[in-house]
Amino acid sequence: MNRLPGPFDALLTRHGNAPHRLVQILREIQAQQSWLSPDTLSAVASGLGLPLAHVEGVAGFYRFFCGQPVGQYRVLFSDNVTDRMGGSEEMMRHLRHLLKLEPNKMRADGRVSVSSTSCTGLCDQGPAALINHHHIVTRLTPGRIEHMAALIERQVPPSEWPAEWSRVDDQIRLANVKLGTQPAPGAGIAAALARGPQGMLDDLKRSKLRGRGGAGYATGTKWQLCRNARSATHYVVCNADEGEPGTFKDRVLLTSYADTVFEGMTIAGFVVGARKGLVYLRGEYRYLLDALQAVIERRRSQGLLGTSIQGQVGFDFDIEIHVGAGAYVCGEESALIESLEGKRGTPRIRPPFPVERGYLNEPTTVNNVETFCAVTHIAVHTGAWWASIGTPQSTGTKIHSVSGDCERPGLYEYPFGTRIGRILEDCGARDTQAVQVGGPSGVCISAMEFGRRIGFEDVPTAGAFMVFDRTRDMFEVALNFAQFFAHESCGFCTPCRVGTELVVRRMDKLKRGYGSSEDVQVLYELDKLMHGSTHCGLGAAACNPLRDTIAKFRPAYEQHMKSLHFAPGFDMDAELSQARLATGRDDSGAHLETLA
Amino acid sequence: MNTAVFPHPRKLKLATVSLAGCFGCHMSFLDIDERLLDLLELVEFDRSPLTDIKTIGKCDIGLIEGGLCNAENVHVLREFRANCKILIAMGACAVNGGLPAQRNQLDVGQMMRDVYCHQVGGTAGNQIPNDPELPLPLNHVHPIHEVVHIDYFLPGCPPSGDAIWTFLTELLAGRTPHLGHGLLRYD
Amino acid sequence: MSTNDRIDALSPGTFMLDGEEIDFGPGESILEAATRTGHYIPHLCWHPEFGAKGSCRLCTVRINGRIGAACTVQAASGQEVQNNTDELNALRKTLLQMIFIEGNHFCPSCEKSGNCRLQATAYDIGMEGPHFEEFYPERRVDASHPDLLLDLNRCILCSLCVRASHDVDRKDVFAIGGHGIHTHLLINSPNGLMADSALQASDRAANVCPVGAILHKRVGFATPIGKRKFDTLAVSEQVEETKP
Repeated sequence: MNRLPGPFDALLTRHGNAPHRLVQILREIQAQQSWLSPDTLSAVASGLGLPLAHVEGVAGFYRFFCGQPVGQYRVLFSDNVTDRMGGSEEMMRHLRHLLKLEPNKMRADGRVSVSSTSCTGLCDQGPAALINHHHIVTRLTPGRIEHMAALIERQVPPSEWPAEWSRVDDQIRLANVKLGTQPAPGAGIAAALARGPQGMLDDLKRSKLRGRGGAGYATGTKWQLCRNARSATHYVVCNADEGEPGTFKDRVLLTSYADTVFEGMTIAGFVVGARKGLVYLRGEYRYLLDALQAVIERRRSQGLLGTSIQGQVGFDFDIEIHVGAGAYVCGEESALIESLEGKRGTPRIRPPFPVERGYLNEPTTVNNVETFCAVTHIAVHTGAWWASIGTPQSTGTKIHSVSGDCERPGLYEYPFGTRIGRILEDCGARDTQAVQVGGPSGVCISAMEFGRRIGFEDVPTAGAFMVFDRTRDMFEVALNFAQFFAHESCGFCTPCRVGTELVVRRMDKLKRGYGSSEDVQVLYELDKLMHGSTHCGLGAAACNPLRDTIAKFRPAYEQHMKSLHFAPGFDMDAELSQARLATGRDDSGAHLETLA
Repeated sequence: MNTAVFPHPRKLKLATVSLAGCFGCHMSFLDIDERLLDLLELVEFDRSPLTDIKTIGKCDIGLIEGGLCNAENVHVLREFRANCKILIAMGACAVNGGLPAQRNQLDVGQMMRDVYCHQVGGTAGNQIPNDPELPLPLNHVHPIHEVVHIDYFLPGCPPSGDAIWTFLTELLAGRTPHLGHGLLRYD
Repeated sequence: MSTNDRIDALSPGTFMLDGEEIDFGPGESILEAATRTGHYIPHLCWHPEFGAKGSCRLCTVRINGRIGAACTVQAASGQEVQNNTDELNALRKTLLQMIFIEGNHFCPSCEKSGNCRLQATAYDIGMEGPHFEEFYPERRVDASHPDLLLDLNRCILCSLCVRASHDVDRKDVFAIGGHGIHTHLLINSPNGLMADSALQASDRAANVCPVGAILHKRVGFATPIGKRKFDTLAVSEQVEETKP
């Protein structure tokens, strides 16, 4: 194709000028340029032979891609409820004040912009912030904020900021199988090779392992369906998108147990007949990329990845890491695959499921990070051993990421069937009012329910365990979750796109003190609607926290209600502001009361 | 439930008003023509442009045309809500803001400055009228259901006389009005 | 779905729709089979030429008790599908209300009024009012093209224009951009305007919009009230119609 050389030709060539690498390409270019200008998008479209509007559409989907200049320093405060509990909102305001910034606006000199982002997975060592979508800052304090402002003014690159600020600890409080001693690299593969693919798969079925990403689908069944799907090409995908607020267990597994994760993926490749594995690493974990690549390199040199693994001719498998760009919905397996294919991360129509038609329309198994770890342990110790742990329907162990009002936040691994109360005791929670298990799309557990047990039979979870003591306002918790869902809605289907926005507006109305029983009624209606008519689970779960907290913490809502049948949703006096300004009037006729 | 029988059925009190409306819905109401006489067997008009009664008393039904454009509209709407058992939003403006709401992307203060102060050919030193008796316009035009609870919606621009007639007779007969194809219109 | 269900879905057969037996062909969705046999299931983003999208959710039905979008579910022998129930119609009414308040759907001055699928579906469901608060979003109007008008106040994100431009016209004039409540239609041209795109009035994409978002200029209100598409017959009574 005849065209003038573009500024990104080398980068595009490195990606094979492949349209399905679009998300990676945009991410890398933004890391260089700090934003994606119209000219940049034009050059990319031209280089890939894609319509400009298509490239704009992809760029506009991901929360990390900036279509306006955002400055030399893009500071994003993690906005999970645990961050807020640690004072993140105050600190963000303070940083803006120190840097003389308007909310969500880049400073005129192009130096810096400060905004918030969804939970960055550092809830046990927050409040946290992300600089330029790469550099992590944990344990923020007003002191660190003051210091940060000074560093930004002096234009010190984040790589030269105090190393202590970027300290991320594993904080493993209670280890069991997955967090304990790991099998030696290669032991799992050897065990699988010895059994053969179907033999390994049969043992996996014996283990009754269920996915650890939240949905809990039987891993053995998924792999069997994938293996059975007729095609020359199969894929293994590791879902490391860990976007559910309050979840950070995969972050630790990727930091310190990467061998076990990659081993599990390799075993999967062996079983389903895949030569390629892809890791979808959420953009917020970009800082882990280099270390993960190093582990992959080392495993290649050890004959555990690449061709003829462990000397087995014909058994080739390699792993590539794709980094996300800020989109919670890409944790849904079909949206994740769309993203891997360089498109907007909107979920597909299912069926067909990825095991039949997934990545590039080939049979693909998408599994969670923790699931792959479990696979490695099962390979080494047998499925029967795994099935002997936990409960009949929920075998094995589950890692929980505990945060919030407790003395010892961090990772706790228990066999399934453990009482929620036990976890609260172990983490040093006192005066607990509620626990949000499984993140905002999970369940809100009140004190009366601390005897309930973690497991698919009772309270399922992907791992998030956020603790709230009696000083917390559960309405504020639900509001944070509602804002999260509205922010993360992909926008594809009517009920979620509009419904999540309606929920936030209603909650804002309650927060401003103008709630009425009619609003609670509307919230219930929205919950009911979204629980059936949405295109994917995000919309279906979006009203969960709302529904649970209204049912179990009604007083938290009632103190925001004027106990009226109906109240207007907007500040009526504020609605006369433009006219007051223009006429210069301030008499009683120039004002309105919101409540009659 | 009180099932006491009245010796004579009381006529229901019906009030109507146009807030920020063009009165097109009221004109359409009059398209029920001689059926108005049948209606008067069942209802008595209270405050309404048709009777010229200026203050509202306790009413059974309030028929409201027009949306909320200024502070006075809000006061009148609230008065209607306080005095009517049932409120009906009649016409596009009352139902969804209608034509006046097309200004919602604009700054109303800026509009007033443009018209009164910056207009070509205007007198130098013109001010925006600021007499305390003048109702100030709202930043945004609002449909009436956003400020008070509304019991029924009767859309149309305007709803036809037939639609209004069908609606009222159903309501007066104690049924939930259902307009159906041809009578339910938004244009 | 079990392997058995998949095998069933590949062979033709019948399913029950509100108690009536409906024939389906291999691979047809419930919506396709119902529409082909003259049975109305409300829909906005599905089109017989372009297939299923799954975004509007108006076609939500209950299949063997389980709720789902009829355009995305394959017809299978023995299915019991509920369609015209109070529960589903109430859900559809709410979805329509959501679509209406999300944009600026001002019918009285819209040239598509009377020929508009969104309006006709809302009439048929009996939507009398918005129920929710109006968003009054700021949306653009693009009158740059000599023959066509783009009014995004009325766009319902059905993406029929996107699909038509890609599949039929092979021009890719339209794309979807943004995310969440700010999702919007994009034009493929250097400045984002229709005048500088490859769109022509004769394109399929210029003639597939079910609402008044993409309109031909100089047509206006040519068809008098009473003779418009949905004036005499409701949308539910015109199921066989395949052209928008």
